[in-house]
Amino acid sequence: MRFAPHTDDDVREMLARIGLDGLDELFEQIPPSVRLDRPLDLPEGVSEMEILADMRGLAAANRSADDLVCFAGAGAYDHYVPSVVWALAGRSEFYTSYTPYQPELSQGVLQALFEYQSMICELTGLEVSNASLYDGATALAEAVNLARSAPGRDRVLVSEAVDPRYVETLWTYGRGAGYEPEVFPVRDGRGGDPQVEGDVAAVIVQHPNRYGILEPARELFGTAHAGGARAIQVFDPLSLGVLVPPGALRADVAVAEGQVLGNHLNFGGPYLGVIATRLDDVRRMPGRIVGETVDVDGKIGYVLTLQAREQHIRREKATSNICTNQTLMAIAATVYLSWLGPGGLAELGRRCVAKAAYTAERLTEIPGVEPLFPGAPSFKEFALRLPRPADEVRDELIERGFLAGVPLPDANGHALLVAVTERRTKAEIDALAGAMREALA
Amino acid sequence: MTGAPVRTQGPDIQSGTIKDRSRAGRRAYSFPAPDVPGVSVPEEFARRDRPALPEVAERDIVAHYTRLAQMNYGVDTGVYPLGSCSMKYNPKVAETVAGLPGFQRAHPQQPDHTVQGALELLWRLERAMCEITGMARATLQPPAGACGELTGLLLMRAHHTKQGSARARIAIPDSSHGTNPASVRLAGYEALHIPSDARGLVDVSALEKLVDEDVAGLMLTNPNTLGLFEEDIEKITNVVHNVGGLVYYDGANLNAILGRCRPGDMGFDIVHINTHKTFATPHGGGGPGAGPVGVTEELVRYLPVPSVERDEATGEFRLASDRPDSIGRMHGFHGNFGVLVRAYAYVFLHGSDGLQEVGERAVLNANYLAELVKEAFPLAYSGRPMHEFVATARPLRERTGVRAMDVAKRVIDLGFHPSTVYFPLVVEESMMVEPTETETMETLDGLAAAMLQAAEEAKTDPEILHRAPVTTPVRRLDEARAARHLKLRWS
Repeated sequence: MRFAPHTDDDVREMLARIGLDGLDELFEQIPPSVRLDRPLDLPEGVSEMEILADMRGLAAANRSADDLVCFAGAGAYDHYVPSVVWALAGRSEFYTSYTPYQPELSQGVLQALFEYQSMICELTGLEVSNASLYDGATALAEAVNLARSAPGRDRVLVSEAVDPRYVETLWTYGRGAGYEPEVFPVRDGRGGDPQVEGDVAAVIVQHPNRYGILEPARELFGTAHAGGARAIQVFDPLSLGVLVPPGALRADVAVAEGQVLGNHLNFGGPYLGVIATRLDDVRRMPGRIVGETVDVDGKIGYVLTLQAREQHIRREKATSNICTNQTLMAIAATVYLSWLGPGGLAELGRRCVAKAAYTAERLTEIPGVEPLFPGAPSFKEFALRLPRPADEVRDELIERGFLAGVPLPDANGHALLVAVTERRTKAEIDALAGAMREALA
Repeated sequence: MTGAPVRTQGPDIQSGTIKDRSRAGRRAYSFPAPDVPGVSVPEEFARRDRPALPEVAERDIVAHYTRLAQMNYGVDTGVYPLGSCSMKYNPKVAETVAGLPGFQRAHPQQPDHTVQGALELLWRLERAMCEITGMARATLQPPAGACGELTGLLLMRAHHTKQGSARARIAIPDSSHGTNPASVRLAGYEALHIPSDARGLVDVSALEKLVDEDVAGLMLTNPNTLGLFEEDIEKITNVVHNVGGLVYYDGANLNAILGRCRPGDMGFDIVHINTHKTFATPHGGGGPGAGPVGVTEELVRYLPVPSVERDEATGEFRLASDRPDSIGRMHGFHGNFGVLVRAYAYVFLHGSDGLQEVGERAVLNANYLAELVKEAFPLAYSGRPMHEFVATARPLRERTGVRAMDVAKRVIDLGFHPSTVYFPLVVEESMMVEPTETETMETLDGLAAAMLQAAEEAKTDPEILHRAPVTTPVRRLDEARAARHLKLRWS
């Protein structure tokens, strides 16, 4: 299958116009010693029908959340994606466009991003957002870079109840930036007592945390501020219809995995890195920012702004190296949040809380199954202690049609993290409880 | 044939943001009837205010975002000749396969035995990327090219640390993309700038003088940012290797050399690929991308984890993290998998023969277009361009006062998306043009005619260029005002 449209006559005519006899002459500046003197060792090209058959086969070898009832979370969630989201985000004027370097031809993407930034500010109670980052984990790394801008403050304290994949990402980014994240312990799955000395740049708390537990975030952020550090919150955007937003908790920077905002599971990507902060820090913000302005006739329009922060202007002095981001996912999030509105967001949050509570109740009725952290308040996810290794139990439940959760290393590998979105029905939850009871019998 | 190819008209009632359409009590969402008892969040955690999201019906949402889409230009609208961006046609079958539930609905935390298809796809794609670039292994984790750059530089750092040799600097040519120096700083290095020579190529004698044992490596695109092949590439990689440095290939321009030569055979140690450029994954108005990074055998031990491994005995695939010298994790999960699915479709649709043809036709199209417009917009350097060319509007400006940006805006009114302007920074009034292989000769003739018409008008009626565009939804926007009076959200 080819997409280059040239006929043989076209090629001849074009070469003649250039003044060449053959295509090889276009490549004569490549020294012979580095030319590849054989075809690439790949199969010959195939038709569309054949690639579809090949890839349908690969897709069929996965058992997805369409085949298994999904109670897995730990950073990616099976929320419902309404049809309207990708009917609009999937319009090819959006998805086949480039970064809006010519704003007059890109008002659609620019305005959608302006609306996205606005909605993220409304959600978080913070003052500025950007046009997106890669995902939640890398957004946290960018937030740390932002927070480490204060002179003499280099250290980064991270709660033990922050998603370990996020902490691993900080370790990697820290190798270049020159820090090692320092993990402070939690008690009973939450809280902790970070020692915020004069050289600490940031204290990072995830709320709801990696166990799904609601954190005493206000107190932890107060401790950060008392020590002169910035408070960074990792949050769940869909919790903000029912939970106090980061701004009101006095977080300075809030980051999130935006997958839950209308994006599919996609085996881990493409997702959406969400970031919001205070206006004072806008010039430290990484990535693209869209601003409103007017054209020469005074008509309202949108442009990329504060570009003096960015790599293509500022080069090694830029706030980040990010160029390509996750704009299309941000557009999907914008459509999704319009679909939810304030009423839908609150209703969705209430349903997550209710269904998670019901699921926890049903599962802990099973002999030997207990909450890992009894009495801890949660949003849509909770950890269980099982009588057997959690990976074994999970695998047996897969055979019964359930993706029952994500095993945790806690409790000697007997812990299972269970996520319950608004999609899960009472019948599915009851069936999971029945299947787990049988598996553990 | 005048008029920008995007929607410009519509009733006033449709203008404004989605918030302007909001009416209290209107809604789009629906949920099933509640089937479990309600539970409230403890008082101390409960939100009391309501976020001011729009209250709109689904019909409002569709009308609003359809209108925004129509105000936007994409590859599907027409030729998109942004130099250094490789905005080629994005095959529709790639969208079809990426939407298969087995891919789209797979959870990233599923056990390996339930995602064998996804892992096999990644495993096969990694091998194809290695064959195309001449590398031993690759990571598919980086979610974009710039993240690939950072990954590559952290690999360099890990390598030198292991050798017990702390090095402080990375050499980059003065014509490089801005992400290169930005990534250098994020990786904890300082940038060492290498000048170009009169040919627009790396000045090898300057490189020899500047590079010493404090240099961890060199980052280079080839063809370079001026669209020219670095003919002394073996000399260049040798100079860096001789001081113990590594050479990084920025894959921005890989499209030009597909199947003709490979970074690995030129002496590069680390390569990143921009799948949205070379392998036609849609760019989404700014992203998502994917930035796989390939390395030589020597550097495999440092690659990010998890990697996809295949058990030779059973043929089973697994995610493996047993790589003690790894730099760690560059992404929360496995990278932009949905983008990699599309890249897989593109690579295996084309195969070895098709990929070579892609490169050839891309170079043919660029040279043909350069030939058509060279009288008005001469090439900035005399060497034969490859998949893109850098021309200059400097003679036009000197004669008429019309600048490259004015030409670009006039080209919009004539119905085309213009080229990149004012990049690379080393060329005055630069116009960087990359038509890609998927455009027809007729399209290139039309684009050239528009560029030449603009150049002619610059002499006869320059005002028409200064005023342009006049056929777009908005005209030239006041960027200074946007930065001075920050309005970054609705109020």
